[in-house]
Amino acid sequence: MEKNIKFVQGNEACAEAAIYAGLDFFAGYPITPSTEITEHMALKLPQIGGKFLQMEDEIASLCAIIGASLTGKKVMTATSGPGFSLMQEALGYAIMTEIPCVIVNVQRGGPSTGLPTHASQGDVNQASWGTHGDHAIIALTASNHQDLFEITVEAFNLAETYRTPVILLLDEVVGHMREGFVIPKPGKIPLVGRLRTSVKQGVDYHPYLPREDGRLPMSDFGGVHRYNVTGLFHDMWGFPTDDPKSVHELHRHLIDKILNNVHLIEKHKEYYLDDATTILISYGSSARSARHLVENRRSRGELLGLLELQTIWPFPYGLIRKICADARYVVVVEMNMGQILREVKIAIDDPEKVFLANRIDGSYITPTDIRNILRLIQGKGV
Amino acid sequence: MAVRDYLRERFFPHMWCPGCGHGTVLNNLLRAIENLKIEKNDIVMVSGIGCSARISGYVDFHTLHTIHGRALAFATGVKMSRPDLNLIVPMGDGDALAIGGNHFIHAARRNIDITAIIMNNRIYGMTGGQFSPLTGYGKLATTAPYSNIDHDFDAVSLATAAGASFVARTTTYHVKQMADIFQKAILHKGFSVVEVLTQCPTYFGRKNRAGSAAEMVENYKKSTTPIGSKASQENSDLIERGIFIEKDLPEYCGEYDKIIQKAMKGK
Ligand SMILES: Cc1ncc(C[n+]2csc(CCOP(=O)(O)OP(=O)(O)O)c2C)c(N)n1
Ligand code: SF4
Ligand SMILES: [Mg+2]
Repeated sequence: MEKNIKFVQGNEACAEAAIYAGLDFFAGYPITPSTEITEHMALKLPQIGGKFLQMEDEIASLCAIIGASLTGKKVMTATSGPGFSLMQEALGYAIMTEIPCVIVNVQRGGPSTGLPTHASQGDVNQASWGTHGDHAIIALTASNHQDLFEITVEAFNLAETYRTPVILLLDEVVGHMREGFVIPKPGKIPLVGRLRTSVKQGVDYHPYLPREDGRLPMSDFGGVHRYNVTGLFHDMWGFPTDDPKSVHELHRHLIDKILNNVHLIEKHKEYYLDDATTILISYGSSARSARHLVENRRSRGELLGLLELQTIWPFPYGLIRKICADARYVVVVEMNMGQILREVKIAIDDPEKVFLANRIDGSYITPTDIRNILRLIQGKGV
Repeated sequence: MAVRDYLRERFFPHMWCPGCGHGTVLNNLLRAIENLKIEKNDIVMVSGIGCSARISGYVDFHTLHTIHGRALAFATGVKMSRPDLNLIVPMGDGDALAIGGNHFIHAARRNIDITAIIMNNRIYGMTGGQFSPLTGYGKLATTAPYSNIDHDFDAVSLATAAGASFVARTTTYHVKQMADIFQKAILHKGFSVVEVLTQCPTYFGRKNRAGSAAEMVENYKKSTTPIGSKASQENSDLIERGIFIEKDLPEYCGEYDKIIQKAMKGK
């Protein structure tokens, strides 16, 4: 059996995965370290009859894909920090109007233009809280190209299932690193298609009336049902309303559809956790160093384990609480000032046993960096 | 079909002030569509935020009420994925040319087949009367309480320079011309811009002592003149109205189809 093996940058793996997932429309604006995704789409999409747009900026890119999604297309855009900041108002619009779309943020160092070509994981909180108002979001990440491929497909599936924007929160290291991976055979990873309404032409269709399971069947713009879409609080027809009951219900719906399904959405990987007394929690490229260290110390008998998060938001508080219950030390490994650390402290009963192993200087955090911090925590000195 | 068949009557009364020109724009736009006999299912109206943008709520098309200034970017996405649909994008002067100015010039430059309508009341109506990029030097607004020192854009010259292949201007006084221009703009294959001078009696009118709504409308008769008219040559203060640009240029969606053919061949 011939295997479709590729040896490419993470950005290209992500782009290939999006096409595997059924992407037919991409709009973007170039920015390091995500540009390769945009370039790949310009090349590949027209080959399969898809559409590529280079817009005038990032918010326009997100607006354009939201419009395309409404006509029934699977859509994506890709950017990095400054562009992700520019997108925030349109991101809120996609949340409010429940438009499936995938937004890739290949993180660079920030704030502002920051460190365009260096490693950082500083946008974790922004992915959830960058846009105004109370809401919930799905954000995923991956540490290697094989996982990245699967997580990218998963992003499209979740966007359709929950009618929501999904953020792929990658980082510069994974985005630019070259590594081999296998493109799964078509059909190997199940794809979730658009859930379309079965309401017939001429029958009143309620675009914003959730079914019992919370899902909202869509009708393509340009199809047989004409309806209104607005970023204002709206009723089941999509018409603006400030009726307190309708506002309350829509607000709850937008949050509950995600937070009530954490158990279905959440994905992670476990390494040597069964008997671990010190548990590392990490994600994205940092998890590569964490895993390297764990495997290295295991061979010398140290009871180290790793929990690698693939779902960042909604944050898996329950999972973390359970896994860390008996650990002596919990060490969060990340390239920021402790954005996931804070969530972990909230999740577990004894937050004083939670420590941070980080780098914020644009350098990739190495196994030695983590090892040195571990020794300090364990009172061994470096 | 009658004009009222294009309305979502259950969402009336509308939110506009008595005498607001936006209703006149709605009325004549629907007349144009009625004359063209376009199926309601074949029209997508995309709007941003503003009093003007609320127009999309009242019409029985596929309607997308988006965020301030970005309507054309959303419309570009809809049009690119469904080139067979008619895209109509009504915008306020602030919506189109302040916060949305960048999207406006780039949509024009691409010559994508969208009908953009600028409902120019020279003021931010929705937020209560602040000056816009079309208010003009020397006018008054709540954020120009002493006198506005910002110079205005000429929307027609801007659209022309940016590459729009259809550019026109009319007013709420000249309703027959308005409906006629809308009709041509919708039929035009490419980016078409129609600037409609429309009155906001509540804010621009009151702040600048422009009189009642009726007087403001009447004034459009006096302050405008057909393109190239004798009056226009004699008095450069008069604002020209009519169709300034109407030319056949390659349209963006059609151009992209050629890219698809090229890419598929080379594969
Ligand atoms: C990003 C953003 N900034 C500001 C506003 C507030 N706002 C709403 S409408 C508007 C201006 C409306 O003026 P115009 O576009 O001329 O439309 P009009 O109301 O005059 O028809 C402003 C500033 C907003 N909704 N969003
Ligand atoms: S404030 Fe001005 S623009 Fe808005 S509805 Fe009233 S008259 Fe019209
Ligand atoms: Mg205005």
